[in-house]
Amino acid sequence: MSTPKSAILTTNNLTIGYRNGKNETTILSGLNLSLNCGELVCLLGANGIGKSTLLRTLSGVQQSLSGDVYINEQKLSYYSQRERSKLISIVYTDRTLAGALTVSELVSLGRHPYTGFFGHLDITDLKIIAHALEAVGMKDKANCYVGTLSDGERQKAMIARALAQEAPIIILDEPTAFLDVASRIETMNNLHRLAQKEDKAILLSSHDINQSLALANRLWLLRNDHSMIEGITEDLVFSGELNNLFADRDVAFDASIGDFTSNRSFQKQISLNCEDGLLKRWIINALQREGIGISNDMPNVITAISPCKIAINGALVNSISEMLDRVKSL
Amino acid sequence: MTQATPKYNRSKIALRILSALLLILFPACLIIGSVNIPFNEVLNILIGNEATRKTWEIIVLETRLPMACTAMLAGAALSVAGLLLQTTFDNPLAGPSILGVSTGSSLGVAIVMLALGGSIGHSFGSYVSILAGALLGAGIIILTLLAFSSIVKSSIMLLIIGILVSYLASSAISLLNFFSTQEGVHSFVIWGLGNFSGVTFERLPIFASLIIISLSLSLLLVKPLNALLLGARYAENLGVNIRSTRNKLLVLSGILTAVVTAFCGPIGFIGLIVPHIARLALKSSNHVVLLPATALCGAVIALLCSLISVLPISSGVIPINAITPIIGVPIIIYIILNRKRILYFN
Repeated sequence: MSTPKSAILTTNNLTIGYRNGKNETTILSGLNLSLNCGELVCLLGANGIGKSTLLRTLSGVQQSLSGDVYINEQKLSYYSQRERSKLISIVYTDRTLAGALTVSELVSLGRHPYTGFFGHLDITDLKIIAHALEAVGMKDKANCYVGTLSDGERQKAMIARALAQEAPIIILDEPTAFLDVASRIETMNNLHRLAQKEDKAILLSSHDINQSLALANRLWLLRNDHSMIEGITEDLVFSGELNNLFADRDVAFDASIGDFTSNRSFQKQISLNCEDGLLKRWIINALQREGIGISNDMPNVITAISPCKIAINGALVNSISEMLDRVKSL
Repeated sequence: MTQATPKYNRSKIALRILSALLLILFPACLIIGSVNIPFNEVLNILIGNEATRKTWEIIVLETRLPMACTAMLAGAALSVAGLLLQTTFDNPLAGPSILGVSTGSSLGVAIVMLALGGSIGHSFGSYVSILAGALLGAGIIILTLLAFSSIVKSSIMLLIIGILVSYLASSAISLLNFFSTQEGVHSFVIWGLGNFSGVTFERLPIFASLIIISLSLSLLLVKPLNALLLGARYAENLGVNIRSTRNKLLVLSGILTAVVTAFCGPIGFIGLIVPHIARLALKSSNHVVLLPATALCGAVIALLCSLISVLPISSGVIPINAITPIIGVPIIIYIILNRKRILYFN
């Protein structure tokens, strides 16, 4: 595991976009990317910037405008469709008509490139299916119908199907898009663990900045000027690159919470003295929501000792809501 | 999938019940009719013994037996055609009639029948030309659908295009009717009502072999059919050649529909509802079991319709197309009302 990671997918001066007759619409150009086994890479960027187009081009569903995608140092176009299905498995967010299949039947569809004419599953196939179900924690649900699953469980089943395909590369287009918070966190953690444990190269696009920053081994950021930068999360945070993600929008990256927040100006300013970091964070949250900024040496001063012991210009209140009422009337 | 789960027992039970129904309905179709023939006489005739009355022999061997065989094969063919179309277009409401494949065949038949001006005899040649007309008509509709399906991604929109195309074909049929002779119109109208008695004993082998070959070929496609349950994009990622698979499936469903339409008339509803009945009965959309079950269930439903059509409440034969909606419409309404609870919609 400590050996240098090998790049399984690379691109050489890749230009992606659409070709419509003679017209070419370039979306991103000059991409020199590499995806390694054992790592989870998150592709972040605004809507319409080209995340899905990039994923489609890397998985060979869409032609590149110029440049090439290589898998194991061989051009993607060199592989047949069947060979490709053993190299890359894709998880989309499409609704399927698979509700009346059991979870294990769904996962067994991942064996499609390996099975014979009628899709008969042998002992090896069954072992791989069982392993895939176990890897995503769906072993108990193997005989449940897909139609009875929650969205989160369904996504797990789809990931298990991708695992059963035994491709070294797994590409997921917004795998957490329709999931609730708990399922989103579970799914991302699962993928992060699978990348390491199963030595998969996992690439996903996401809008879930928080989870991506926490779990991605590397980030691919699509800046709003249609250029791309890659690197590990922490380097990108400190270089200020994350701010380029939505540079033309009214949001800013808040490094202290690891997520984007609204960029706003405050009409009122107030000074805050608070030793407790957690309390301070949430008092600022409350004040900013009401349009009040924090600044030093303001005439009005809040001194917070605990959530039920807050003083405003010396007058004591018992809760943050009372504090807000008092501050607003100042 | 070797584990014995309740579900696989369910498939087994469903298949057994369907087989049992087939074994009850097939002989029933030989016994029941406007002429009352005792059960043991029918048995005698089938074994090859002499019957008490010569007419009974003719009725059983030349009318009832071909009719029961035709119903069974036509039901299986239309139902499997419907299943193939539903999976191909990723749309549970697809079917040979709704997508206009039946109407296309009808137009082909209308051109042949009305061009011959009702002089359509019972010669072998005229049947071959009717069959060719039906195949051509179905083929044109399927090519149209294929052309649109590469432009129109939404399956609902494709369904609407199918319905519109079938209106066009219907209007062409009306125009043909308007300009043709009275005898031509009469024989076309009779044919259009749908019946399983049009296949005589001599023509049964062609009809049967065309259908059995197409059904067997569709059985060879169960693996890509299952992959298509995930939608075209997933199937492609699983190594399925979407274009060639889709073409094969459409050609097969076109042949199945056209053959039945040429011989029995445009029979509605069976192709649409039977795949649903089979899915609900099996509680599965795994084509390995669903496809044979759909064929079996189609045979059962068609035999039932055929039986109702000859019930001795009237002197003649009730048209099949008067019976299929009575069975079909309540089932479709049930499915639409319960779609949130039906697994294969979720």
